[in-house]
Amino acid sequence: MDEDYDVIVLGTGLTECILSGLLSVDGQKVLHIDRNDYYGGESASLNLTQLYKKFKDTAPPSELGRDRDYAIDLIPKFILASGELTKILVHTDVTRYLEFKQIAGSFVLRDKTVSKVPSTEYEAVRSSLMGLFEKRRARNFFLFIQNYRDDDPSTHSGIDLDSHPMQAVYNKFGLEAGTQDFIGHAMALYLDDSYKQKPARETYERILLYTSSMARYGKSPYIYPLYGLGELPQAFARLSAIYGGTYMLDKPIDEVVLDENGKFTGVRSGDETVRAKKVIGDPSYFMSSTEQPHPRVKEVGKVVRAICLLKHPIPNTDNSDSAQLIIPQNQVGRKNDIYIAAVSSSHNVCAKDVYVAIVSTVVETSAPEAELLSAYKLLGPIHDKFVSVNPLYEPTGSGEEDNIFISRSFDATSHFETVVDDVKDIWKRVTQKDLILEKKTEPEINENQL
Amino acid sequence: MSENQKPVQVKLVLLGEAAVGKSSVVLRFVQNDFQEYKEPTIGAAFLTQKCRLEDKVIKFEIWDTAGQERFRSLAPMYYRNALSAVVVYDITSSSSFDKAKSWVKELQRQASPNVIIALVGNKLDLVEKSEENEDYLDDVASFDQNAVSEPSQTHSRAISRDEAQAYAEESNLLFFETSAKTSEGVVEVFTEIAKKIPHEQILNSTKSRAQDQSQQNNVSLNSTENQPKQVGDNCAC
Repeated sequence: MDEDYDVIVLGTGLTECILSGLLSVDGQKVLHIDRNDYYGGESASLNLTQLYKKFKDTAPPSELGRDRDYAIDLIPKFILASGELTKILVHTDVTRYLEFKQIAGSFVLRDKTVSKVPSTEYEAVRSSLMGLFEKRRARNFFLFIQNYRDDDPSTHSGIDLDSHPMQAVYNKFGLEAGTQDFIGHAMALYLDDSYKQKPARETYERILLYTSSMARYGKSPYIYPLYGLGELPQAFARLSAIYGGTYMLDKPIDEVVLDENGKFTGVRSGDETVRAKKVIGDPSYFMSSTEQPHPRVKEVGKVVRAICLLKHPIPNTDNSDSAQLIIPQNQVGRKNDIYIAAVSSSHNVCAKDVYVAIVSTVVETSAPEAELLSAYKLLGPIHDKFVSVNPLYEPTGSGEEDNIFISRSFDATSHFETVVDDVKDIWKRVTQKDLILEKKTEPEINENQL
Repeated sequence: MSENQKPVQVKLVLLGEAAVGKSSVVLRFVQNDFQEYKEPTIGAAFLTQKCRLEDKVIKFEIWDTAGQERFRSLAPMYYRNALSAVVVYDITSSSSFDKAKSWVKELQRQASPNVIIALVGNKLDLVEKSEENEDYLDDVASFDQNAVSEPSQTHSRAISRDEAQAYAEESNLLFFETSAKTSEGVVEVFTEIAKKIPHEQILNSTKSRAQDQSQQNNVSLNSTENQPKQVGDNCAC
């Protein structure tokens, strides 16, 4: 380990692996370390043995089948087909290591009924989500979104996206509260209602992202990698390794070493110290049990997640092999939405006839699991359940002073857009330049014959 | 040989201790027909090489460890869907042979049950002509740029052919000794693997899988057919 590096990366979560890959491609000398003996950190996918050991400290029951058939995600997220992560996957060519499937459908709870989020005009016309007149009003609203051009005031309908709050836009089109719930939560994917008082532009952009993602493959706006989300960090780690990154798993980090001015100089594991100019890592590598509160990270909330193994598809989702089901906060008297993300054996993440549904929400009370009860009721019989309450951490400093760059915990959103925001933000602080996603030139592949 | 014969794509993974010549063996195989020596590529995701047998064409997609074997940090993704594996050791290093055995165990644990494994004792040239100058094309100069070069002082054989052969037979592995430097034995490794690939079975399963995929929502991120249509084309309401 007695070598010097440009950057040491701690933790192999998705954020860290994307950064490691991009930095190696950029020509930096990267050492990437994880204390676990597997890739992925908090965003790993675990096999049965790892899952039962982590949550219950027991061996898995044999009736669930072979260990190797399982890859259970710890963080429930899907990839928006036209989102920023898709762009990074394509631009870095790591798509060559991965296969993707569409998530079969997106559903939303309204008036105690599970309804499909329409994915075609035909479905929209037939949908029971709205009455006839409300459909007409909603259609006008979507035509406005679709036709809006910044440089053509005749398309603005008197609305200024940058100053009018979203609530004013809803009012302008006379949309019912339930329709507002649907647009804001099932399409713009807001977790709470604070967006209504903010300028409408962000909501406008989120609706565009949703509809273009939906249009891309047709059934839902989401795609998902075969063998689980844990494939994503592995693929970016391989990208990093191919461009010279060095990987060490199963390596505990005992100390982040600073110089007399408090600047980062290296990390220590046992009696080995390795030096680098900068360090990037997930929050868990910068918290010690002796310092409270932690000087480098702060808690900004909690998310409760329940991984549920089912022996059947989620009821009322057309027997879909995968689905997102959104329970908007207003429908169950909460401040934050509850999400259910379901995948199954057709994604190579569990044995045949098993379904994995992860229920999650932002914690609002001192009894977090009880907050999930309304979602459990939608699942039918739960075969086994793994519940965790995860604090959300973010860094207290920007890293410019001490060359320590800390990522954010994975939040409660249903997709990876905020993860990519974090990647771009850290990239800019580490390299002092914007992340520009240019497709790199194809590495030479030999195609000769014997 | 008809031109319309479609090659069957086969993922092959390389394993072995650092500096046993994994990359050299592959580069010898892949670049053999090249007129002049070409600097190996850093940043190659994998190399491909077609191998023609009498009645079939196998296209190997060869995955290098990219240095992730150095601290035993290979990801499960590396083994996934690998139909064949080449486990390399250095015949002048007994520790590399022990390492090879542990990689074989790892393959049996992680890879598909039918994976075809070839055990390859490399650096045959060192024991055949030990007086020759050592300018061995080592991992350091290859696309596996993390590997550590350890110029061996003694060029005497540490693992006898019989010992390795016996281990290979008992573990149901193909066995070869090679010299990436002189090219001795290298092509045979890949031809013999190619012969054992269940060609028809793969063709059939690829076909049924292709049909499957259209039904089961598989998507290609890179395909141009699936470019986003006009936004709002099928807006959700």
